[in-house]
Amino acid sequence: MKLHEYQSKQIFADNGVPIPKGRVAATAAAAKEIAEELGGRVVIKAQVLVGGRGKAGGIRLVRSPSEAEEVATQLLSMQIKGLSVRRVLVDEAASIRTEIYLGIINDRQARRPVLVSSGEGGIDIEEVARTSPEKIVRVAIDPFLGLREYQSRGVAARIGLDRELWKAFTQIGLGLYGAYSRSDATLAEINPLVITQEGKLLALDGKMLIDDNAMFRHPDLAELRDMDEELPEETEARKYGLSYVKLDGQVGCMVNGAGLAMATMDIIRSCGGNPANFLDIGGGASSEKVAAALRIILADENVRAVLLNIFGGITRCDEVAHGILNALQGVPRPVPMVARLVGTNEEEGRRILSSAKMETALTLLEAARKAVALAQG
Amino acid sequence: MSILVNKNTKVVVQGITGREGLFHTAQMLEYGTRVVAGVRPGKGGEWVIEGKVPVFDTVSGALEATGANCAVIFVPARSAADAILEAGEAGIPLIVCISEGIPVQDMMRARLFLDQRGLKLVGPNCPGLLTPGETKVGIIPGHIARPGNVGIVSRSGTLTYEVIHALSEQGMGQSTCVGMGGDPVHGIGFLEALELFEGDPQTDKVVLIGEIGGNDEEKAAEFIADHMTKPVVAFIAGRTAPAGKRMGHAGAIIEGSSGSAADKTRALESVGVRIAAYPEEIPALLA
Repeated sequence: MKLHEYQSKQIFADNGVPIPKGRVAATAAAAKEIAEELGGRVVIKAQVLVGGRGKAGGIRLVRSPSEAEEVATQLLSMQIKGLSVRRVLVDEAASIRTEIYLGIINDRQARRPVLVSSGEGGIDIEEVARTSPEKIVRVAIDPFLGLREYQSRGVAARIGLDRELWKAFTQIGLGLYGAYSRSDATLAEINPLVITQEGKLLALDGKMLIDDNAMFRHPDLAELRDMDEELPEETEARKYGLSYVKLDGQVGCMVNGAGLAMATMDIIRSCGGNPANFLDIGGGASSEKVAAALRIILADENVRAVLLNIFGGITRCDEVAHGILNALQGVPRPVPMVARLVGTNEEEGRRILSSAKMETALTLLEAARKAVALAQG
Repeated sequence: MSILVNKNTKVVVQGITGREGLFHTAQMLEYGTRVVAGVRPGKGGEWVIEGKVPVFDTVSGALEATGANCAVIFVPARSAADAILEAGEAGIPLIVCISEGIPVQDMMRARLFLDQRGLKLVGPNCPGLLTPGETKVGIIPGHIARPGNVGIVSRSGTLTYEVIHALSEQGMGQSTCVGMGGDPVHGIGFLEALELFEGDPQTDKVVLIGEIGGNDEEKAAEFIADHMTKPVVAFIAGRTAPAGKRMGHAGAIIEGSSGSAADKTRALESVGVRIAAYPEEIPALLA
């Protein structure tokens, strides 16, 4: 789960990382009020969960409360990469001397978190990593010990920070790690961490990704989820324990298992079609789950055919077939379907579905060809 | 021969009294697996599955009484990392974690804990291990597999079944099937499995089933180039997956410029691995 900048920075602040004075506003009038409190010279920042807000004109410096109101009005009516701006963050403007990058990421290969920093922040850190890897400092963190003070201080030295800032930087590193570990983040990033003209360190921007698997122990963070930022189908899928990603093709897919669901999408493409979605219905195939999955798939108006690929294994295919038939009764619109069932009692499963005038297939290739033909026909 | 598990493997099931635990314990027993004990805190002293399997309160208690040398975990995600640590503390040399949804920071600690003790982990979020005709530790449906000389290692569940099924249909049996799981932080990976298959006299060929996310497949390609003499055929799922979206598995996500199916395919092809366009094509490429 992605957090907004204002949410991430609040968590950073709670862990001792200095952030600019500011508050979030949902209306231009509220933005004006905050600008007045902060003395007029403020930065108005669109809160959307995509990168590249600055380039899209979503971050603006203003000099007075009335200008703040005007700019907030503009930002609150704009879309950035298809997402409507519903809130703006109004932050006291900082005078920037230097921009630094500081982040904690999970290194899959090393199986531990890594503190990453660069004296050249403010820009795309992946780009810096590609073009000048020597400018990036990385320190592996022991998952039992956590980030230690000497490691954070060592990074301050290695990115070439002035000695008088080492102490403050060290504390910011430790604070960021605190935010990362206490929130079960998979990424906690300050970019830029600036040195102001007054010589203070300040986290101007913040980004956090939270581990969805850890939500059960963070009810407070679960409340921060911004439903406006995801498709209603994705919200609906999560409710039923389904894993759904919308794509832009015409062949809807319902599959049990994530790897098989991806393989099913791929084979649809190989057969000359395009998958409309990724959908993993998980273990078992209860009629309730199948029904929910069908509703979600068919909510997408591009879908012209649906491919059901269920590798039952231990699950009984006749039960799955009955589940599918029950689910079909609540289907919002008629769309041709191809079903492939493999597992115990698969012949019986196919017979049940054929009697309901559903196309069936023995192999994945055959199923994909039929579904693509139906979608194009 | 086989790798990791065989007919002598003595299994303790953690979370044996849960719905999944009970169901799959019965399936394992039916397949011939030597399930010697179960663990469920608070139910020590009971017997389950028609009195066939004794239940213990702790893994160490089960180990002491039965000499189990492999643990399989069916504990809910929020306690599963703890179950791994308990099995590790008891010194179980091979721990197979089926549970899905363990927080990644928990897994980083659990994996390190086992590494420091020299213990092996398979999973989590995996279907487990199957040595056809001998034993299964996990949930892979036994009836689709046949004993034979093809080793399988996979990041997936049902996709693995699909491949096993396709191989068996063509009369190609399997030595051992390793479901390594779909999480970003996991136990045994492609490298360890390939190394074991290379050294296993029963295995003549290997099927590697990868997917988008991370760079395990790229590392496997390096290993294959340097160490493998046996032929390897691969399938990589997710050629049509968009970047930045998690495709079901916690580890299946293209992040920034890394983890795409195209990169993995290129890396494997460059070291002579044949790539199947779809799972059912694998038997033909192995022949």
